[in-house]
Amino acid sequence: MMASSYNAKEEDGHHSGAASHGGPAVAKSKKPDNTAFKQQRLLAWQPILTAGTVLPAFFVIGIFFLPIGIGLFVTSNNIKEFEIDYTGVDLDSPCYSCAKNFSWNSTTPCVCTVDFTLEQPFESNVYMYYGLSNFYQNHRRYVKSRDDSQLYGDLSSLKEPSKECEPYRKRDGLPIAPCGAIANSLFNDTLDLYHIESNGTVNVIPLVNRGIAWWTDKHVKFRNPGGNNNNLTVAFQDTAKPVNWRKPVYELDPTDLENNGFVNEDFIVWMRTAALPTFRKLYRIIHKKSSTTPTLPSGRYVLNITYNYPVLSFDGRKRMILSTISWMGGKNPFLGIAYITVGSICFLLGVVLLIIHHKYDNRNNSADIPS
Amino acid sequence: MERLHWVWHRCQTLMGRESGQGWYSSTDGLPNKNSLDTQCSPHRVSGKRRTVFAHQGPHQHEYEAVSKNYKGNAIRTTKYRLLTFIPMNLFQQFRRAANLYFLFLALLNWVPVVEAFQKEITMIPLLVVLTVIAIKDALEDYRRYLYDKKVNNNDVRVFCGKQKEYVEQCWKDVRVGDFICLSCNEIIPADMLLLYSSDPRGVCYIETANLDGETNLKQRQVIPGLPLQGGEFTPENFHSRIECENPNNNFSRFRGYMEHSSGVRVGLHNNNLLLRSCTIRNTETVIGIVIYAGHETKAMMNNSGPRYKCSHLEKRLNTDVLWCVALLIIMCLTAAVGHALWLKNIKDPVFVIDVETPPALAGFYIFWTMIIVLQVLIPISLYVSIEIVKLGQIYFIHNDIDLYNELLDSRIQCRALNITEDLGQIQYLFSDKTGTLTENNMVFRRCSIFGVEYPHEENARRLEVCAVENKAAGHTMTLRPQPEPVPSTATWKEPHSLSEKEVVPDPELVKKLNWFCSPVLPLKEGSSGTSSSLELTYITDFFLALTICNSVVVSSSSQPRHVVPEARMPLKSLEEIKMMFQRFSFSPFTALSTLSPHQVKGSPRSFTSRLFTRGKTEFLTSSTPPNSSTSETDPGKESNLETSILRDKVDLPSQEKGGNSGPVEDDIKDAKTTDICCGAGPDLETDYDSDADDDLLYEAESPDEAALVHAARAYRCTLRGRSAESLLVDLPGIGSLSVQLLHILPFDSNRRRMSVVVRHPLTGQVVVYTKGADSVIMDLAETPKGDDQAQEIDCHIKEQTQKHLDSYAREGLRTLCIAKKVLEEEEYEVWLRRHVLAESSIDHREELLLESAERLETNLTLLGTTGIVDRLQEEVPETIEALQRAGIKVWILTGDKQETAINIAYACKLLGPYDQLLRANCGSKEACSAFLDELKLEVQHGQESLTDGVEAEDHEESSSRSFILVIDGKTLDWALQEELQSDFVELSRKCKAVICCRSTPLQKSQVVRLIRDQLRVMTLAVGDGANDVSMIQMADVGIGISGQEGLQAVMSSDFAVSRFKHLSKLLLVHGHWCYFRLANMILYFIYKNVMYVNLLFWYQFFCGFSGSVMTNAWVLIFFNLLFTSIPPLIYGILDRDLPADSLMAVPELYQNSHTSKLHLPYMFWITVLDAFYQSLICFFIPYFALTGSDVGVLSFGSPINASALLIVLLHQVLESHTLTWIHVLVLLLSGGSYFGFVLLFSVYCVTCSPPTNPVGVETLQMSQPLFFIICAITTVTALLPRMFFQALHNTVLCSAALNSSHLDKVESEKYRQRMQHWNRGHSKGNRLSVCVDNPGLEASAASVVS
Repeated sequence: MMASSYNAKEEDGHHSGAASHGGPAVAKSKKPDNTAFKQQRLLAWQPILTAGTVLPAFFVIGIFFLPIGIGLFVTSNNIKEFEIDYTGVDLDSPCYSCAKNFSWNSTTPCVCTVDFTLEQPFESNVYMYYGLSNFYQNHRRYVKSRDDSQLYGDLSSLKEPSKECEPYRKRDGLPIAPCGAIANSLFNDTLDLYHIESNGTVNVIPLVNRGIAWWTDKHVKFRNPGGNNNNLTVAFQDTAKPVNWRKPVYELDPTDLENNGFVNEDFIVWMRTAALPTFRKLYRIIHKKSSTTPTLPSGRYVLNITYNYPVLSFDGRKRMILSTISWMGGKNPFLGIAYITVGSICFLLGVVLLIIHHKYDNRNNSADIPS
Repeated sequence: MERLHWVWHRCQTLMGRESGQGWYSSTDGLPNKNSLDTQCSPHRVSGKRRTVFAHQGPHQHEYEAVSKNYKGNAIRTTKYRLLTFIPMNLFQQFRRAANLYFLFLALLNWVPVVEAFQKEITMIPLLVVLTVIAIKDALEDYRRYLYDKKVNNNDVRVFCGKQKEYVEQCWKDVRVGDFICLSCNEIIPADMLLLYSSDPRGVCYIETANLDGETNLKQRQVIPGLPLQGGEFTPENFHSRIECENPNNNFSRFRGYMEHSSGVRVGLHNNNLLLRSCTIRNTETVIGIVIYAGHETKAMMNNSGPRYKCSHLEKRLNTDVLWCVALLIIMCLTAAVGHALWLKNIKDPVFVIDVETPPALAGFYIFWTMIIVLQVLIPISLYVSIEIVKLGQIYFIHNDIDLYNELLDSRIQCRALNITEDLGQIQYLFSDKTGTLTENNMVFRRCSIFGVEYPHEENARRLEVCAVENKAAGHTMTLRPQPEPVPSTATWKEPHSLSEKEVVPDPELVKKLNWFCSPVLPLKEGSSGTSSSLELTYITDFFLALTICNSVVVSSSSQPRHVVPEARMPLKSLEEIKMMFQRFSFSPFTALSTLSPHQVKGSPRSFTSRLFTRGKTEFLTSSTPPNSSTSETDPGKESNLETSILRDKVDLPSQEKGGNSGPVEDDIKDAKTTDICCGAGPDLETDYDSDADDDLLYEAESPDEAALVHAARAYRCTLRGRSAESLLVDLPGIGSLSVQLLHILPFDSNRRRMSVVVRHPLTGQVVVYTKGADSVIMDLAETPKGDDQAQEIDCHIKEQTQKHLDSYAREGLRTLCIAKKVLEEEEYEVWLRRHVLAESSIDHREELLLESAERLETNLTLLGTTGIVDRLQEEVPETIEALQRAGIKVWILTGDKQETAINIAYACKLLGPYDQLLRANCGSKEACSAFLDELKLEVQHGQESLTDGVEAEDHEESSSRSFILVIDGKTLDWALQEELQSDFVELSRKCKAVICCRSTPLQKSQVVRLIRDQLRVMTLAVGDGANDVSMIQMADVGIGISGQEGLQAVMSSDFAVSRFKHLSKLLLVHGHWCYFRLANMILYFIYKNVMYVNLLFWYQFFCGFSGSVMTNAWVLIFFNLLFTSIPPLIYGILDRDLPADSLMAVPELYQNSHTSKLHLPYMFWITVLDAFYQSLICFFIPYFALTGSDVGVLSFGSPINASALLIVLLHQVLESHTLTWIHVLVLLLSGGSYFGFVLLFSVYCVTCSPPTNPVGVETLQMSQPLFFIICAITTVTALLPRMFFQALHNTVLCSAALNSSHLDKVESEKYRQRMQHWNRGHSKGNRLSVCVDNPGLEASAASVVS
């Protein structure tokens, strides 16, 4: 459409130019076509907003939004969520010493235990998250510091990682796999959850570490070098482990050989950088065992933490979150409230408009164009 | 910005010119670096000369030595060549500030520390813009190339030395020094000197329509003194050397000389030069030698690029862009400071990579990163978009059927492409009168000769009939058949206007003339012998002057412009005439015809010459026996003689005083014609009837001339033909006469008159006939000394004529005075010598010629005056009324008399019956100053009394009464001086209209500039003639009326229409729309950019001001470039706030844009604030909905982006006033393209866009309800306030507008009916708010967001 009008103009412009330069006049009539388009008479809807027109829209929005808001609010309220901070800032917190004495180079892991009580049972599948605060995973340089081709299993990138990975690109002349700052700062606390029954027996709660990453990430985006070759040690030959890592990438999950290398789900989850400085990442899933018993019954629990990850230096916080989820995700009352508020405002404005409409429309009628 | 733009444009035109020469095509085998060579060629160094030898002549060596640096005739107007297109085009484009900005950003992204995106991505906007413009340039250039090719390959016959004949060659192969042979109607391929013309008098006619649009024929003269062999020109024998000035672009000046082999030098003038791209007319064969070829021709050197004007809105836009820059810098600084502080407070973070960089430096880096990230805030693509939108708007203006004139088959011409929206802001309209308000279809209406008025009642009646017919024709718009053979002939040559031209003679005047022609009439008709015969002299002189004092070219309609009418002339060869003359020279009547000038003045010369003629005839008939027609003449002869003798008595007293003053010289007159005329009486009638049958076409430079020639023809004084030396004239009672033309002193606006110097055909005296503006002629007409009686008569004539002039002017007629002067031989000789000197002088030639003309035009004898009627164009009063209602002040700037101007102003309803005229005619500056003060007081007083009286008196009457200032040229001169300027402006501001009469072109432009600069308003000047050019160029918008006075006005205008009435639609509808559309589009564009960029900015608060973005960089770049770029264009081209009908019906609606209301700064800030609000909503609703969750960067950006897109698109729907299927389609495509792109991207882009890898993000997001829930509430909340306030605004305003006094009851009722009608026509049942943007509601508008 644009092109055609442009061309037409050019022709006209040129035509006059030609005429001024000696071309014989064209005998054709220059009368413009009397078409609706050219004469700008196209059938048009004229959305001129007046109180009268907008009124119904406001009420309709109100009518739609209020129930949605209420629905969202209720859903959000039904979600059960439990959160515990185990950073160890305070003296009396169990992880205080671990937090204080942390060094990346220490070989012996520091373990601390946090007790907590669930007031209400968690009925459906429970998702276990670790949460970090004041951790800027969205920092521009940090976000970029990765090599997607390397993670895609590209062999050349494995040997020669992208420059974006600097300064975590090479170590002692060997390419780092996985390279970059994101991988280097992989969250490496281990969390174990135990339920202490009323009789004192301690039950290990089975935490499933499969299915926590996106399907596309696990199956499309992340691949081990050398395809399905199970021998990851060979595949990652001549590569160095990231500076902060204790184990190489092919030994991330000792329990499941399939879950090693770049396709390790904890790794994948970590590699999807969080949007905001306070975030949570899915750590484990606690599947519902049967329909009769709750996944996590109310009662005392113990969280065993292998404290490997330092956050205190930058004022960060570490949390463990247990949450059920609904169709709209995790617990967030904001959306429900927002919907209710906006719906109410719409109603209110609708009423205001109604008044205005009535006030002005009487006078308007005399000259308004009947529709 | 605008400055840069301008500089860029200048550079470009400069480049264009350079390129035209520098990259000159070498098709003719000349070396490529021609222009460089010419710079240092000996000719340029040695002087401003060029020497030309014949190419194929005997001077081969000299030719080659001299001409090797002259350009061939091939032209290349293309800017680029195939191979160099890309570098050259890039070079051109990077002269543009906008592109440099993009380039800067792209380069900035290559600096590692500030790099924001992948390196390729920031190149994309630049690449897109460059590609779009390159494609546009390439297309334009290709068209030029095709055109060049066509022109270069035109055939022309060039003399070939080997074959000794003319052979066909392409234009491009023509070289300087070639002999070119052209036939009639061929186009001249290069500038050449006329060496031979098939016309026996050595003239040829050219039409310069291709150069200046003037369709009248211009005469060109063969270089005198060329050796001809048997009347034919032989190139082999051309040994002359031509020296002329170096190529220049001055059409009207050419100097040089031709040196023959004998050493004789012949001066060369402009009228020996045939210019490239003119057309040969009326001449069978023409041979010329090329002296300038190709790009050195005057036509090509005058080829300048399109006009560039910077529109007001663009200037406004530039300030807005500067604000955007400020905003950008503020945002970047915020980020920089924020990042530095953030970095300072964080110790040993794992997520910060280079901890070594000190926070301050990191902040500095971030500043630049942010500039890259937030680059879209500067709406650079806006400039490209505006250009495209304007092209679209021009397209629609150009295609408007209402602006099409069927009679002329012409559409509106849009010559300036970038000031469409200025049409919507005009506050002052300066109009020429003649040809603009009026038809410029001059028709002789009445005249006064010898102080006697001839009212021409019949003529008036005929004119009325014509007017009615014409109006009817204009309304029904029937296409009149064009004169077939020459479609380019101007309008007034059309059959229908020809009939209009035919003047019905006044019976009284006819009687008097007949009395003269047919001596059988008794003498008693005349009251007193002396005065009546004197009167007759005056009458004949008057008509002779009408016939010959002009520059009209005659052609016959049967064979227009081809066969010279002289072909059927009964003129015999020169030899015969000479012989005849020798026989006459001893005529016994010599004494009668050779009187001393002051005696002649009082004497009826024509009468004496009649006697003389008769005598000669007698002589002839007796001395040249077997003459076939002799017998026929006999019957009337006796009676003729009788009367002559009777009249002779009357003349005797004065004649007796006469002395001998030399013999009568070359009274070139044919015996046969004399015979016919002497046949007199009844024969005469039939003779003239037959004459009337063959249509003579008069092609005049000004319509006045044509009108006068036609008028003279009605009295049987017919101009039959013209050559450089003589005029062929039919006179009643005498027949065909050849009048020897000694000089033409052409019309110029300084002298305001023209003169011809002829040797009187009958008396043989040198006579000057002058025709000009009445004031000038009346001043120059002096009472002769001596004879009391003559003095008395003369005084009486002057007095009477002045009276008649005044009455004509009151009637609105254009007046011209005719005067004559008889020169004594010695006097003439003296003048001639100085005149020749002036003509041949090289420096100050124009001044000298002017002076020479002024020397001649003194002591004139006033013959009479003519009144020419120039009808108003159709619908002029309506148009002016509409424009005034639209709040445009209409000024008339005319060269006409005050009375004429006022009369026209009344006729076109510029003056109402209640308006008070303020006339300013002052003689001195002091008087003018005092007068202006006085008028100011008066106006103030008047206005106060008006405002006081508003309540008391009837509202309507008082409001329609206002002041009109009429100022004449002299006073205007004073008023325009610096000290009085402000007074004048002040005064004129308070007047409803101003009429400047007697103004020169310079004054016109000065007035326009004064108003434009002092009041800072948008001005529009409209005119049709060369005298309006300066005004048209001075005004913000110049409109040319493509009328009858050539195309100079059109050439210098921005828009050219064919009728004044088109202005109302052009301004009220198109101007309004264009302004409205563009202003809204710009606001929308800025809104869009601010809104989107702010989203990225808000994110900085959550990523440590690190310049991180939550979107994939591709989506980020494409968001502006692709997904949301087309809808604003459509919006800018197609949106209509009000239908054309209502804009036409209620011109008051136009006032809105007057004060640039749509694009006031506060509108800009409201828009920016709204954008801020929307971006806040659009960012923070998703933020709060997702905060604390496990959302990833891209997943977080996904709903934000999607809702931003929806908001941006729906915002447009809210803003646009019309939605057609095109809008809907484009909006859907835009939305669809976004979602399609991100979905495909998230499916297929696995490693294609590191590091922000989009794979799986959108697919996952869009499979979750949360995404849609967030998008829905975000979109609604963001648009809610605008929707609410707009509804409020419209509702409140609408009713207020209806109650406002601006639309009085009748109008609104009419308007309502129209609207109803319109609405019914648009059956959809639209609700149309009549008064969306009605005037007079500024107070309430402030509180409204729209």
